[in-house]
This record gives sequence, C-alpha cells and structure tokens, in this order.
Amino acid sequence: MSSAAGTMDHHDHDHHHHAPSGITRWLFTTNHKDIGSMYLWFSFIMFLLGGSMALVIRAELFQPGLQLVDPHFFNQMTTVHGLIMVFGAVMPAFTGLANWMVPMMIGAPDMALPRMNNWSFWILPFAFAILLASLFMEGGGPAFGWTFYAPLSTTYSSDSTALFVFSVHIMGISSIMGAINVIVTIMNMRAPGMTYMKMPLFVWTWFITAFLLIAVMPVLAGAVTMVLTDKYFGTSFFDAAGGGDPVMFQHIFWFFGHPEVYIMILPSFGIVSAIIPAFSRKPLFGYASMVYATAAIAGLSFLVWAHHMFTTGMPVAAALFFMYCTMLISVPTGVKVFNWVATMWRGSISFETPMLFALAFVILFTIGGFSGLMLAITPVDFQYHDTYFVVAHFHYVLVSGAIFSIMAAAYYWLPKWTGHMYNETLAKWHFWCSLISVNVLFFPMHFVGLAGMPRRIPDYALQFADINQIVSIGAFAFGLSQLIFLAVVVKCVRGGEKAPAKPWEGATGLEWTVPSPAPYHTFDTPPEVK
Amino acid sequence: MRTRLIAALTAAMPFAASAQSQLNLTQGVTEISNRVYDLHMTILYICIVIGIVVFGAMFWSMIAHRKSRGHKPATFHENVKVEILWTVIPFLILIGMAIPATSTLIAMEDTSESDVTVLVTGSQWKWHYRYFEHDVEYFSLLATRPDQINNKLPKGTNYLLEVDRPLVIPTGKKVRFLITSDDVIHSWWVPDFAVKKDANPGFINEAWTKVDEPGIYRGQCAELCGKDHGYMPIVVIAKEPAEYEAWITAQETAQREAKEEEQRLLAMSMSEAELMELGERVYLGNCAACHQPNGQGIPGVFPSLVGTEMVTNDINGHIDIVLYGKQGTSMQAFGNMLTLREIAAVVTYERNAWGNNTGELIQAADVNARTKN
Repeated sequence: MSSAAGTMDHHDHDHHHHAPSGITRWLFTTNHKDIGSMYLWFSFIMFLLGGSMALVIRAELFQPGLQLVDPHFFNQMTTVHGLIMVFGAVMPAFTGLANWMVPMMIGAPDMALPRMNNWSFWILPFAFAILLASLFMEGGGPAFGWTFYAPLSTTYSSDSTALFVFSVHIMGISSIMGAINVIVTIMNMRAPGMTYMKMPLFVWTWFITAFLLIAVMPVLAGAVTMVLTDKYFGTSFFDAAGGGDPVMFQHIFWFFGHPEVYIMILPSFGIVSAIIPAFSRKPLFGYASMVYATAAIAGLSFLVWAHHMFTTGMPVAAALFFMYCTMLISVPTGVKVFNWVATMWRGSISFETPMLFALAFVILFTIGGFSGLMLAITPVDFQYHDTYFVVAHFHYVLVSGAIFSIMAAAYYWLPKWTGHMYNETLAKWHFWCSLISVNVLFFPMHFVGLAGMPRRIPDYALQFADINQIVSIGAFAFGLSQLIFLAVVVKCVRGGEKAPAKPWEGATGLEWTVPSPAPYHTFDTPPEVK
Repeated sequence: MRTRLIAALTAAMPFAASAQSQLNLTQGVTEISNRVYDLHMTILYICIVIGIVVFGAMFWSMIAHRKSRGHKPATFHENVKVEILWTVIPFLILIGMAIPATSTLIAMEDTSESDVTVLVTGSQWKWHYRYFEHDVEYFSLLATRPDQINNKLPKGTNYLLEVDRPLVIPTGKKVRFLITSDDVIHSWWVPDFAVKKDANPGFINEAWTKVDEPGIYRGQCAELCGKDHGYMPIVVIAKEPAEYEAWITAQETAQREAKEEEQRLLAMSMSEAELMELGERVYLGNCAACHQPNGQGIPGVFPSLVGTEMVTNDINGHIDIVLYGKQGTSMQAFGNMLTLREIAAVVTYERNAWGNNTGELIQAADVNARTKN
C-alpha cells in the first residue's frame, strides 16, 4: 500500500526519475514498465540457465561414450532444459514485451489489472525455484522429457514428480493471468480512434496468443494433475491395467502442446511485422491479411496436435486428417513470409541490428517451416520422428525464430526503455556471432537426424561422431555469444548516446510519440488516434 | 557358396549403409522404404525451389533496394491479386504433395496377408521377440561392453548398435510385427525398413515389412524410455527363406531341449563357487543397470540391495520379486527371461555379495518351488 502511495508522491515531484527505490519498488510495483522489465530480466536469466543445461548436454555429446554425466542426469538435463526454455525463457520474454509495449502501443496508461500483473510475475520465480530444487532431491529431478509422457512420468518417475507438477501448475496460473490481463487491456483500454484494425500487429498477435493461452493452459494443468493422481493417488488415467490409456496422455498433452508452439511464435510475427517496415521505410504489406493469417494459424493449431503422434498407432483416416490440416498451416504461414518480403520490396532498407535479427528470423524461421512441412508428411515422418531432424526443426523455429525475434525486439525498443542508444558495433558482433554459431549448432542436426540418430540419447553410434562434434562447438559458440548481448544491454542501461523519442527513421506507432526513456507513466490522458 | 555371398554382403553392409546415410535419409531395402525416400527427396526439392524463389526475392531487395544506395521507398502496401495468387499457388503445391503421401501411407498401414508374425515387446531396456508360428522366443540385449561405453576399451565398429541375439526374418516374405511394451512406451525403429512404431504398454500396434536383400539391419529405440533409452538397439538379420527355416527349426529344437534339460537338472545342486560365478554374470547383465554393479542402486530411483531386509532375511520374497517383478515399479519379472538356475544363482549372488554374507545357497529346485505352474 505504502509503495503505491509513494509512487504517486514521487511521480508528482519528478516525472522522469519516478518510482520508489529499493527492493519494495520491485516487490510491490503495479507499473507495467517495471513488471515488463522484471519479466525480461527473469527470462534472460532463465535463458542463460537453460542454455547452461544445453551445454552440459552438448559437452556430453561431444564424443561417443559416457564422459561427464550419467544417463539419468543427462535425462534430467534434457527435461529441465526444455521446461526452462519454454516456460522460463520464451514465454516470460513475450509477456515482458507485452507488458512494456501493449499499453504504449494502444495509448493506454497501464495494464488493465495491475495488481494481478504483479502477482503473475512474482509467482514465476517460485515456480522455477521449485523446479530447480527438485534437481537436488534424492533420485533427481524430472527425467522424462519436457513432454513427460506417461507412464514414464507416473509409475516410473522419481519422487520429485510432485514438485514438477506443482511448478507447472504455478507457471500455468501465471500465464493465464498474464493472458487475461492482455485481453482485458486490449479490449477496454485502447485510445479513442484506435480501432481493432488500426492496432499494431504486435498487439494483434498478442491478442490472439492470449486467447490461445487461456484455451490451452488449463488443458496442461489437467494433464499434470492426472499425472499427479496416477502417481500418488491410485487413479489409472494413463495405465492400461486400470482401464486407462497411455496414448490418451499424448492426446491431452499435445492438445495443449501444439497451440503452445504457436503461443511461442505468434508474438514473434508481430515483432517482425513492426521492425521490417521500420527499416524498409515502407508500410507493412497486407496488414489485413496478416491479421487474418494469424487468426487462421491460431484456429488451425487446435486441429493438428496428433502430428506429434503419428507413430503411436492411429487409424489411417486420423493420420490423413492430421497430415492434411498440418500441411494447410503452411498456407497462412507462407502468406506472412510473402508479406514480409513484399514489404521489403522496393523499400529503402538499412541494416541496424534489430533489422538484422528480423531478417535472420524470416530466413531461419522459414527453413524451420520447410522442415515442418516435411515432418507433416506422415509416411516420411515415421523416419524423422524422434530423431535429431525434429530437434533441428524445432530449434530453428524456437531459437533462430522466437529467440531471434525477442533479440530483435530488445534492440528495437532498448532506446525507448533506457533512453540510451545501444552500442551498434557490439550489437553487430552479437548478431553475426549468433547467426553463424546458431547455424553451426542446428543445421548439421538435420543431417545427423536423417542419418538415424535418435534424440534424447546420452551416447551414440560412431558414424554420428563427426557431426555431433561440430554441433557441440556451435553450441558453445552460441552460448558465449549471448554474453555479448548481456554486455550490450548492461552498457545501454548504464549510459550511452542519448536516444531521441523516435530513434528509427521509419518507425511508426504511439510508443515513439513519448520521450525516451518512456516516463514512468505514459498516456495519463489518452492520445487521439486519427 | 550362398552363405559366403551373404557373409560378404553383410560384411560390406555397415560401410555401404553408413557411407550412404551419412548426410541423408537411408533409401532402405524395402519397396516401402524406397517410396518413403522418394517422397522425402521430392518434398525436399520442392522446399529448396520455394526457398530459392523467396530468399532470392529477399536478397534481391536487400541488395538493390537499400538506403545506402539511395533507393527511395515505394508506398504500396497491398495488392489483392498478388495476395490471392500466393495463397492459391502454395495450396496447389500442397495438393501435389498430399497425393503421393496418401497412397504411400495407405500402403504402409496395410498389414493384411502376412506370412510371418513376430510379437515385439519392449521393456526397460531390451527387446523381446516371439515368433507366432513357432515355439521360439528370446530377449535381445545390447552386446556392447560397458568398458567401451566408459571409454576403457576402444569402441567397436557397431558400437551401441549390436545385440546378443538379433531378430531373424526371411527375405521375400511379408513379416508382420505386433508391437507392445511391458512397462513404459518404447518405439521399435529400423530405418532400412522405414518402420517405426511405438510400443505402448497394454496395447498392440501393427507394422510390417518385406525385405528383398539379405543382410544385417540396425536400429534403435526411438522413444525416451528412461535411463538406458540410448542402450536398447535393434538388430534384424534377413535370411533367405530356406536358411530362415533351418534357423527357426534349430531354435525351436534348442529351446525345447533347454527346457527339458532345466527340469532334469532340478535335482542337481550347484556349488557355492558355481552359483556365485554364474550369479555375478547374470547380475551384471540384467540387474546392474538399475541396482548398480555395487548393489547400492540409485537413491530415490532404484533401491539398494545392500543389507536390506529382503536380501538378508526374506528368501521367498526375494525369489518372488525376481520371478514376478514388482507391480507399479521398474522391477520387471525375470521369470520368463532367465532360467531357474540363473535365478537361483543371481539370488544367491545378491545374498552373499557386497558384504551381505548370509551364507545361504539357493538352488534351482528352490526357485522352481516358488513358480506357480
């Protein structure tokens, strides 16, 4: 309470150097910018942590044989790496961006439900503390893959499974609250004149993403709850001996899991749709079709879940249905890529770091889309499924896709957040190191997967040795490159060239009408949108 | 003559296969696997062509339409004709892809009219094969020595892709696989056959293959199934039908004789040294993956066998848990897997190793007394 009052006092004295200081500012804050910053820092810490786990995996896989870790710990690393990157790095980063940008983009003073906003952030560190603590339990942490297929996660899992379940529940609650907040804000707090079809695409994609979140996070909560009761309370949802079905777990999980994939990519589409026009100095091509394509992808995402499960043994008719629907997704996705290319076409293009990351996103995400299309073809999927080809595919869309777009967004809006220009030279180093290493890391995985290397194995046959060595080198190079990003951001927060209100010549949108750094409270009186 | 030819063929196989599949999908050795390969290549080429067009346009504008060259931006931002065109054309390409994919899938799923049927059962971490038409069944375990995995010995050519008893199938015959599991989900995958099917506990999946070339074909479990998921390979030997018949008849005889022999030997007692030696071998081959070579297990996951109530006191409980496993845990039933002598030996070993020193010797007859048949 006192902090809220304090905020207001302070705000009266000094509009720019706002906010109470000390830990209570961050604990009790209901300010969308503070909460956005906390989300972004949290996700970056989780990104480094999950990345370190990936490096444990890659170090073990540098050579055939067991050198560093035992297989049980290896499985814990693959599992927790996946969970941290999905729920700790990518999703909170997007929520952080939504917190910072959505109110500023629609001309709202803050998020609609600021106290819930505070809560949805502050339960996250506890969720991950529980998950990470489980690694130190007797028997280790979750070791069944981030997809936690039953009965490996029920009858055959270690006692830490309860902690895993509770931490996923908390992550889910946090996501749902974040999503409700985004929806309520967008529906109620748009500035006068900001009609739906005038909203920036980042707002649109997040709006649709938020509906996806509300639709599927409860499904995930249901899945983990059934795992919990199967393991500890004698139910048999996934146990054939009690009349259940282990494959039903996969249906439930992927009914959450596939929309989840789009939850992690739709906001990227919004980011890239802001950056490419800005640096092409030309309006976005096909705004309306972008909106419809996003909605189409979101709708289709509920009809394709079983393409993760072609080898589980489903009727031919079902396999065909899911194959056709999956292939269909490439149509709206293709429309988006074509629109970005058409936006660039005959523009006046310059290559600042946000644009570089956005361009890399378009190309590498499209490569991930191609391998996705290949994976959709059921008969060939039998060969690709659960190999490194799949690992290559989803890392192309998630790392050089989602994470590159987050980097692009960070560079694009850093001047607005900090009031300083970042160091362009250092940022270009970060980009080129990341671009080269991410391809050294993930491109050869296609080959080793096609050659027949299954995923999630701590040791492999000799013919896979050369490629794994290259991949591991790429992994360490990519991991270290992210320290450059840390350096750029820290430097930028601490000082640097003063940023104007609109540092990018071609940028459009309400966020560029307020000074840099954005004052603690923006749009106390709503702007008029023509 | 023919055997020599096959020997030469099979010897060349790993090299041929690895040279060919180093960077791409294997073409495999069945009609289906070839169709799958063709489908893979077709779609790959389509993607490459689309990629060249899209990325070409992108790079063109990145080079030609850059600000540093003084290019002035155009202002267009929509074109209904173009937008309809690039929605419709991909759709047509997709239809072109879907047609061959559909027919291949339907062919792959047709398991009718098979000549040979094998029940494939996965369990942590081994495969079990049972031939329906013959009284033959056996387990197939990783044959790579732990010293190779732990880098104490140089790794062999087929490191992690070798088993003690491969599955044997006839060439030129339609072989149907019924696939299931005893514990968690596994996935039976042989790339050269383009067969990958999940082994779901409590359910049976079907797959089939018809191999034209005699040879040795290697695969791995493809679904994460716990600690030793990376250590349950699959090896299939395809033999000419006549050779296959000879092999399966010999197996049938050998398995029948072994059972008779086992009954006859019930009356005989083994010495402590014999029991301990056999017991150690069985323990390291079957038990050490979980309970560890030193018997201590992994706390919280696999229980220790050192000084516990069961291994120091409860003889019957001890024999029973080895015979029948423990429901709802990773502890499997070894009754079908090991002979009575082997179970007697391993129980004796566990009760006398690592300082357990109960001094008790268990004989095959003691184990037989606990079986329910």
